[in-house]
Amino acid sequence: MPGADKETELSERIESFLSELKRCGSGSGSLRGSVETARETSSLLRRITAQARWSSAGELMEIIRKEGRRMTAAQPSETTVGNMIRRVLKIIREEYARSRGSSEEADQQESLHKLLTSGGSSEDNFRQHFAHLKANVIEAINELLTELEGTTDNISMQALEHIHSNEVIMTIGRSRTVEAFLKDAARKRKFHVIVAECAPFCLGHEMATSLSKEDIETTVIPDAAIFAVMSRVNKVIIGTQTVLANGGLRAVNGTHTLALAAKHHSTPLIVCAPMFKLSPQFPNEDDTFHKFVSPHEVLPFTEGEILSKVNAHCPVFDYVPPELITLFISNIGGHAPSYIYRLMSELYHPEDHEL
Amino acid sequence: MADSDGRQVDSINHATGEEGKLQDIVKAKSEGKELTKEEKQRLRKEKKQHKKNKKDDNKGPPEKEKEKEKEKASAPPPSKPVTQSPAHKAAPAPVTASASETPAAAEKPAKTKAELRAERRARQDSERASKQGKKEGGQQSTSSKPKASPNELQPVVKRLPEHVQVDDPAALKKLAKKLERQQKSGQGCGLNITGVQVPLRSDYGYKVSLFSHLHQYSRKNPPTQQISIPATVIHPSIVRLGLQYSQGIIAGSNARSVALLHAFKQVIQDYSTPPNEELSRDLVNKLSPYISFLSQCRPLSASMGNAIKYIKKEISNIPNQCKEEEAKGKLQACIDSYINEKIILASEAISKYAIEKISNGDVILVYGCSSLVNHILCEAFEKQRQFRVIVVDSRPRLEGREALRRLVKKGIRCTYVLISALSYILPEVSKVFLGAHALLANGYVMSRVGTSQIALVAKAYNVPVLVCCETYKFCERVQTDSFVSNELDDPDDLIVTRNGKTHLENWQTVKSLGLLNLVYDVTPPDFVDLVITDLGMIPCTSVPVVLRVKNVDQ
Repeated sequence: MPGADKETELSERIESFLSELKRCGSGSGSLRGSVETARETSSLLRRITAQARWSSAGELMEIIRKEGRRMTAAQPSETTVGNMIRRVLKIIREEYARSRGSSEEADQQESLHKLLTSGGSSEDNFRQHFAHLKANVIEAINELLTELEGTTDNISMQALEHIHSNEVIMTIGRSRTVEAFLKDAARKRKFHVIVAECAPFCLGHEMATSLSKEDIETTVIPDAAIFAVMSRVNKVIIGTQTVLANGGLRAVNGTHTLALAAKHHSTPLIVCAPMFKLSPQFPNEDDTFHKFVSPHEVLPFTEGEILSKVNAHCPVFDYVPPELITLFISNIGGHAPSYIYRLMSELYHPEDHEL
Repeated sequence: MADSDGRQVDSINHATGEEGKLQDIVKAKSEGKELTKEEKQRLRKEKKQHKKNKKDDNKGPPEKEKEKEKEKASAPPPSKPVTQSPAHKAAPAPVTASASETPAAAEKPAKTKAELRAERRARQDSERASKQGKKEGGQQSTSSKPKASPNELQPVVKRLPEHVQVDDPAALKKLAKKLERQQKSGQGCGLNITGVQVPLRSDYGYKVSLFSHLHQYSRKNPPTQQISIPATVIHPSIVRLGLQYSQGIIAGSNARSVALLHAFKQVIQDYSTPPNEELSRDLVNKLSPYISFLSQCRPLSASMGNAIKYIKKEISNIPNQCKEEEAKGKLQACIDSYINEKIILASEAISKYAIEKISNGDVILVYGCSSLVNHILCEAFEKQRQFRVIVVDSRPRLEGREALRRLVKKGIRCTYVLISALSYILPEVSKVFLGAHALLANGYVMSRVGTSQIALVAKAYNVPVLVCCETYKFCERVQTDSFVSNELDDPDDLIVTRNGKTHLENWQTVKSLGLLNLVYDVTPPDFVDLVITDLGMIPCTSVPVVLRVKNVDQ
């Protein structure tokens, strides 16, 4: 029966996606960039919308929420997956509201008065069936996918506004967004880049070789020399894994030190992050913030006996508070860290913050 | 200028006919004895005339010089070689200055031009003498004092060390000449030596433009490749020491100083005074090529510099009538007592103070491998203090592993992280103990690269930072950033193979790629809360006070 085949095919795809997610997070950076993850998540959600059996928006949202919970549980540190799911949920709500005719976007949480008088949630409203809902949702997800394709280019287009000639720019580790950003600027301007190698994964080496191929003057420094060299740096441009709801960052380890050194020398810290990295999580002392990988990266097994008597830690991420950040450059333009909460309210519905 | 000086000596010698007397004075100068009363009077007259005629025409004297040179062009070259050490230069110059006074006194217009010449020469040799005075331990200070005092141009800055002038071709030429000279002095015994005795090491790889004034050597090209065997100028224990430095076998400022002093003990043991020389002067001269060789292997550290100054002073203070065996024994005892006092006993004193600062339940963070900090922690553990240690390490040296081994062997509970995980681990830490390579006179702490980063992040988390340093590492230099005076290690150390891929393998072939492997950095004093020295616990800003007290003592 065609329906059953479709369903099994769908669940197979979901299973393979989940196992890939679980495998990917083995620490050595992201084996696939976050754009790819976002794209795959969105196309998978589009497939679910197309092939799963649902009759009303509420049911669709339930299905997506359920799958989404499984996906985020597979790899909690990969927040892009959760972000895409919340985006799609918001799309569904919007399309539903548009189909109903009323512009529900207006009373999102605009005023306290409305909150008081509106009272109960509009949960039961999602039970109505609309014929074109499916098509509309799929179209909207397609738009989302095109947006995702263009994020890196949109960010690189802003490069010339921020980099002048003969600058010394510092970065850490490897970020594809920053790489594209710098390469775009290098077409017209001459500047110098210092890359901190970011032990123990040393992704900075890859970044440096790739930048130097475009004839950008690059220097690789060990992490310990970040503060020593910072006095000659004009700008610090970094990428991040996640932008948190308060404007802080969850970035690769060593970024906090870099941010503190930049603050000490009053050097601006610019974060290049596309919008899909914005996550409604707050940094708390939960177990979910830090991620650790095998300490043999730090203290290899060749060290012998002392291994059993020593605790070695290898955290992957660092928290950078929003006070240390000067500017966010995203695909929709530049923002101050204090504006992030507003952007978040446009991207996600508050009821979706908890999947 | 040297040529004209030399020729000037001869021209004036012939002119005045006081050849014999002048040569005596020259000899006296070169042997470093005090100026006779006559000389002193002449110089005082000079001074007064300089003060009167400050606004003279400067074009006159050079023309007059040229005329004089043309007249006496056939004068034979001076007996001493032209490219001599400043000690010898200082000798003919005041003589000529004073000699030129007497003929010039007769004619009034010529007087001014000659005086200007003399003035300039006096200025130059006062500068040279003031620099020399510090090196020779005051032998020339008596001669330089009457010249130096009226001059407002007395330099405050000491001569810039060679290892930070790599981008200046003149300085490099000067160094090459100096190394050649030091070879020649060893050739006096008549051996035909074809190889280079004190080799000039060449730089390796692309240097980052900000650091083009520093050397960057490769460990694969040891400095001894160019030395012939046997090397007669350099003692074999010094050659071994130099190799150990350049390959990184001996590292850490205490270890390097102690190894240096032991090698010098061996040198003194094997030394025998040549027939017409005095031990106090000849031994110092013998040590100079060794020191040049060692600084070619690896730039000298502040502690080594202080140790060398001490030894040179001790040697030059040996009285002339002392017998050789006695003198040697005395010197060796001096060296032993220096090591004992300044290093071993100092670390005992520092441990005692530092242990007061460690309380039960502390979590102490240390960085890299500092022999002093390791000693403190081991002592504290023996005194039954309950604490645990977090060792922070950094690529590419990974010295922290050595510290980790020593502490674990002692039985101390340790945690190990890399420096990029500092922000993660710092909230657990209660104190930070750091070692220092040198303490500069403006309160900055010069230490292994990464120390300033640790101090910065600790300050952000409000964790106290304590620096432990012996007083013999205090140095009179001042520095505000880590660029002007630093050391560049082998850039190939940064290359690493991960997952079978080595990204930086061919970094030399890529034109715009550079690797920077710094060795030291400076920590500003506002990050440091306390410095523990053998004299007590002082704030960072009291370093120049300690230096002054030490100088007064000596």
